[in-house]
Order: sequence, then structure tokens, then C-alpha cells
Amino acid sequence: MNKEYTEAKDRFEAGVSKTLQKHKERNEAFKTGGGIPLERLYGPEASKESDYLSEIGFPGEYPFTRGVQPTMYRGRFWTMRQYAGFASAEESNERYRYLLASGTTGLSVAFDLPTQIGYDSDDPMAQGECGKVGVAIDSLKDMEILFDQIPLDKVSTSMTINAPASVLLAMYICVGEKQGVPMKELSGTIQNDILKEYIARGTYIFPPKPSMRLITDIFEFCSQNVPKWNTISISGYHIREAGSTAAQEVAFTLADGIAYVEAARSKGLDPNVFGERLSFFFNAHNDFLEEVAKFRAARRMWAKIMKERFGVTNPKAQMLRFHTQTGGCTLTAQQPENNIVRVTLQALASVLGGTQSLHTNSMDEALALPSEKSVMIALRTQQIIANESGVTNTVDPLAGSYAIESLTDSIEKKAFEYIQQIDEMGGMLVAIEKGYPQKHIQDSAYEYQRAIESKRAVVVGVNQYQIEESNKDMKLLSVDASVGERQINKLAELKKSRDNIAVTNALDNIRSAAASDSQNLMPLIINAVRAYSTEGEICGVLREVYGEYTENIVL
Amino acid sequence: MSERKIRVVVAKPGLDGHDRGAKVIARALRDAGSEVIYTGLRQTPEQIVDTVIQEDADAVGISILSGAHTFYFTKIIEMLKERDASDVIVFGGGVIPDNDIPGLLDAGAGAVFGPGTPTSACVKWLEEAVANKRAKE
Repeated sequence: MNKEYTEAKDRFEAGVSKTLQKHKERNEAFKTGGGIPLERLYGPEASKESDYLSEIGFPGEYPFTRGVQPTMYRGRFWTMRQYAGFASAEESNERYRYLLASGTTGLSVAFDLPTQIGYDSDDPMAQGECGKVGVAIDSLKDMEILFDQIPLDKVSTSMTINAPASVLLAMYICVGEKQGVPMKELSGTIQNDILKEYIARGTYIFPPKPSMRLITDIFEFCSQNVPKWNTISISGYHIREAGSTAAQEVAFTLADGIAYVEAARSKGLDPNVFGERLSFFFNAHNDFLEEVAKFRAARRMWAKIMKERFGVTNPKAQMLRFHTQTGGCTLTAQQPENNIVRVTLQALASVLGGTQSLHTNSMDEALALPSEKSVMIALRTQQIIANESGVTNTVDPLAGSYAIESLTDSIEKKAFEYIQQIDEMGGMLVAIEKGYPQKHIQDSAYEYQRAIESKRAVVVGVNQYQIEESNKDMKLLSVDASVGERQINKLAELKKSRDNIAVTNALDNIRSAAASDSQNLMPLIINAVRAYSTEGEICGVLREVYGEYTENIVL
Repeated sequence: MSERKIRVVVAKPGLDGHDRGAKVIARALRDAGSEVIYTGLRQTPEQIVDTVIQEDADAVGISILSGAHTFYFTKIIEMLKERDASDVIVFGGGVIPDNDIPGLLDAGAGAVFGPGTPTSACVKWLEEAVANKRAKE
């Protein structure tokens, strides 16, 4: 820094000292939501100009700090993709068509918990849960109804499905077949990220080793047959929802990513190829500046990891492309209309962070699944940011902000420290077994709760500015309890009308292939699905062979 | 307040994987001096009731965010009655709309805490409920 600047800065600091003697600041120290100390003022000393090309660079170029495309939203907006699904395939199909008619540009399927954990609706474990948090899918029959009149060659579909991802992808491929859309033309995403299920989300089925095999089978199958499909969405969203800080979200997500790349490489797959189809999923939380910095840091870090750690030279396989969802845990049951404002700020942070697709939460989601009206407001929020705010008209407009660049550096530094510790432990699988990420997440969650209760953190309407209220008069969506019964009847009919010999044969083939490592399971699962084997039957066979994961409880 | 520590089971019934609330409340209860047994995920009502009885717990806290609260609360309370353990205090929380709460209380739940409840309110309520229960013993 030149002499003139230094003198001016000294003069300014002296002035500040005087001001502070008269007026103390609100807090003794200021921190981001994730605990990163914030300076009063960031100036040119925060970013060294020499770093520009190596650390920031141009959008669409390594290290992609400024975005993955050279023109970003001047070309096209992000995909507006609202996560939805409830009750049965019929009701959800109706909701999807409503969303498409309202201007969403991609679908995002929420499955109920039995579907996510590989149980049919008639399984005793499914009691009380059918259709509650998403749509109940038992067989290809349900999937055909779910996408009725929705052309799979025109719409991209994201499916939040993990342990049984192969089965649901197989169903999607079969629906495509019936519509006359070949699998090479299908586009969409399966979440397929089992590691964060062990860490934070809980819908695991099988132990880690066979789970990693199922995942890498999908990588391999899709790179040859479904080239436009994102084979995984490596998710920090749920890690954040479970209570992590922003830096932990980035660190644990990228550490999961490293584990997947390593697993695929040891199967002989080339990261320059499958790396193009890896996608990510992050949370957009409350602390606006920290969140913008987080997205930028994650992009830069993944590019460095792919290039330096895995020797990836294909730029498309170095890029971190991501979906964002606004932070569910930030929604309050108190004064729920305030959530519209929270969601707006979070969505804006994700856009300024360069997201490729976005789900905005609805204001009533701290109470129930969203109603049609609240979903509409959530979608309109995105459309207003896209069309009215003007932030989409120049690329990465916050770049060069002293504060943003400094926070981006801080998140990167902190996150790489966690990744280094995980490396030293022997990688993410070992770290999960030891409860390392779980423990850090829980400590952060508990600390956050204590901050709220001591009012070090203010949540409007919850620990300040409360009013007397009740949500009794709100029009909340409630799922008809008869969904389970309807599904059970459908299953009984299906099992009478299908070719049960073909089903048994298809399941036997999966059983023997699962027991050895010699064959990719995907084609066999597609055959079983095509013969109308149920999801529970296919996962049941895999449960027989692989056993089930038991949770490592960390408290 | 009784000398004997409060023994409380914190339970996650069904397939719901959201355990942030359960773990935070388990820790808050433990920090307030209770003995806490956390069940972990994916517990059937049978397993939860078994744990409550084996651990000789004063209370069971049910955390559920999947919308299946009415089913699980009712089932667990019924099974406690069948197993002669209806004196066990049942409470809980999660994503539960106000309109569903009276039904859960009628079924026999002592209290249902919605999103945003301070852990201190829950701890205080449980201490009083257990003191009342023990006064009757």
C-alpha cells in the first residue's frame, strides 16, 4: 500500500478511536453467522491485486470464483426448481403441472420417507408415513402417473433420492421409454449422496461400502448411456440444516465429493469424464455476505481440488455447478409472513453467489408442507429477483468488494483446514465412522440454540418482537390419511396383474450380481423395474445381500 | 425438587431423519442435570416403549418432523398403557401445526412444543411435571 493511503488510513483510525470514546459499538466484536470475525472496515489491503488471476479470474475460467459461465444470467436465468411432492402420484402430478404452468423451469420430486428408505407402502415400517413428506412411489405404475402429460424430453427433473437412487432413476428411464424418449436425451439429477445421509439426513439403507458401489455403478452406467444426467448432487444443504456453520457446510460437502471421486477412480473411471456430471447442492442461510462468499469459495475450492488433487484437465470437470435451497431451518413458525422476507434475502445471496438452480422455501414450511398459495409467492420471489432487481444483468457484481473477497478467502481457509483434518484421519468414510463431522455439526447446532436463548442472536418474532398469535386459522396443507390405504390396494392389484415369474427372475439376477462385483447393477435394476417389481422388492433383495447400516449415535 | 435425577428418553419414531431438535433438546436436558437416553433414528413405537420401560424412565420426549405425529404419539401412548406404564410422562415437539396439538393432548401427551420454543421452557416444564408425578407416588 502506498504512503498516501497509509497516512489516510491512520488518520481515519484516529478518528474512529475518538468516535468510539463517545459512542460504543453495538457489540464488542462482530462475527458472521458462522463465527468468522468481521472487521469494522475492509480496504484494499484485504485483497492483494497480484492474486486476481489465480484466485478470482474470469467467469467461466479456472478457478471459477466468478461463476461457471462467461455470461452467467445475461445468457439465461438459473433454473427455477421448486421441490414438491405429497400424497400419491395423482396429487403430485397435479401440483407439478400447476408449477410448470406458473413458470417453473424444472421439476424437483420429493418422495415420502418409505420411498426414500426402500419400503413399499404396505410395509409395516411405512405405517403413518405414506405420502407425508413427499409422494409415495412403489412401482413403475406410480411413476407413470407422476409424469403423466409431462414430456420428459422437455423438462429436466431432479429427484431427491439417495439410498435407492438406482431404482428411481431406472423408473424414470422406463417412463421415458414409454413416452418414446430415449435415455440419452433425459436430463435431470438424482441426489444419490449417501455420505451426507450418514452425517445429517438419515435416509440411509445399506452400509457405506455397498452404497459406494451402487453410486459408482450409476456414474459408470450414466456416462455411457444417460450422458445429460447429473449422477449425483453432493449436498451440503442438509449438513447446514443439521446445524453446521457455512465453512463446515463447504468443508464436509467437498470432503464427501473427494470420497466419491476417489471411489470412482478406484473403479477405473476417469474423473475428466464423470467429473462433468457431478453437481452440488447448498443451503442459502441468513448471513447474506457470508453466504455469497461461501458459494464463491466453494467453487474455487472444488476447481483447485479437481485440478491439483486429481489432475483433472477438463474445465467442465473442474467446475462446481450447484443447486441452492433457501434455509429451511431459518423459517419461523412465528409470524410466518416474515419468512417471505427471509427467503428473498437468502435467494438473493444465492443468485449473487452464482447458483445454477434454486428452490425458494414457502412461508408456511415451519408448520406443514406448503400450500399452493405460498408456493406461488415463493416462486414469484425468484421471478422478481430475476426480472426486476437488475442483479442479473452483470456477472458476479459483488466481486472486488473488499469484504466479500476477504470473506471468500476466510471460508476457503477454514474449510481447507477441516478437509486437511479429514484427510489426516484417512478420508471422509473414516471420519464419519468416528463421528467427526457429526460432532462438529452438533456442537454448532447447540451453540446456535444457546445464542438464541441468550439473545446473542436475534430471531425476529421468536426471541424479540413477539406477538400473541396462533397458526390455527392458516390454510395449511394436510395430507389425506387414506393415501397409505390407496397405495396398499394399488400394490395388491399390481401383484395380481403383472408377470410374477419375470419379476422373480429379475430379482434373482440382481441378487447374484449384487453379491459379486463383476457386473454393473443398473441394467438389471432397469429390467426389474420394467417388469413392475416394486421398489421394496428390489431394495429388499439388496438388503438381503448387503445388510443395513446402523447409526453411529453421537451426542 | 426431588434428589433423584430425572430419567428421560428422547425418541425419534418412524423414518424421519431430522435429529437436530432431538439432539439439541437431549443435550439441554443433560446440561440441566437429567439423565438422558437418546434412542437414535428409526425407532418403532415398540422399540421406544421397550426403552422407556427398560430404562425406568420418568418421561419420554418424542421428536417428529415428518407429519406423522398423530400416528406415533397415539400409538406410543396406547402401548405405554398396555404395558402398565401410563404414568410415564409423554411430551414432544417438531413440525406440528397448532390445530393438531389438542388431539395429541387429548390422547394423553403432557405438552407439545412447537418450533421456536426455548429449550429452557421445555426443561422447566419437564422438571415440574416430574415433580408432580413423584409427589403422587
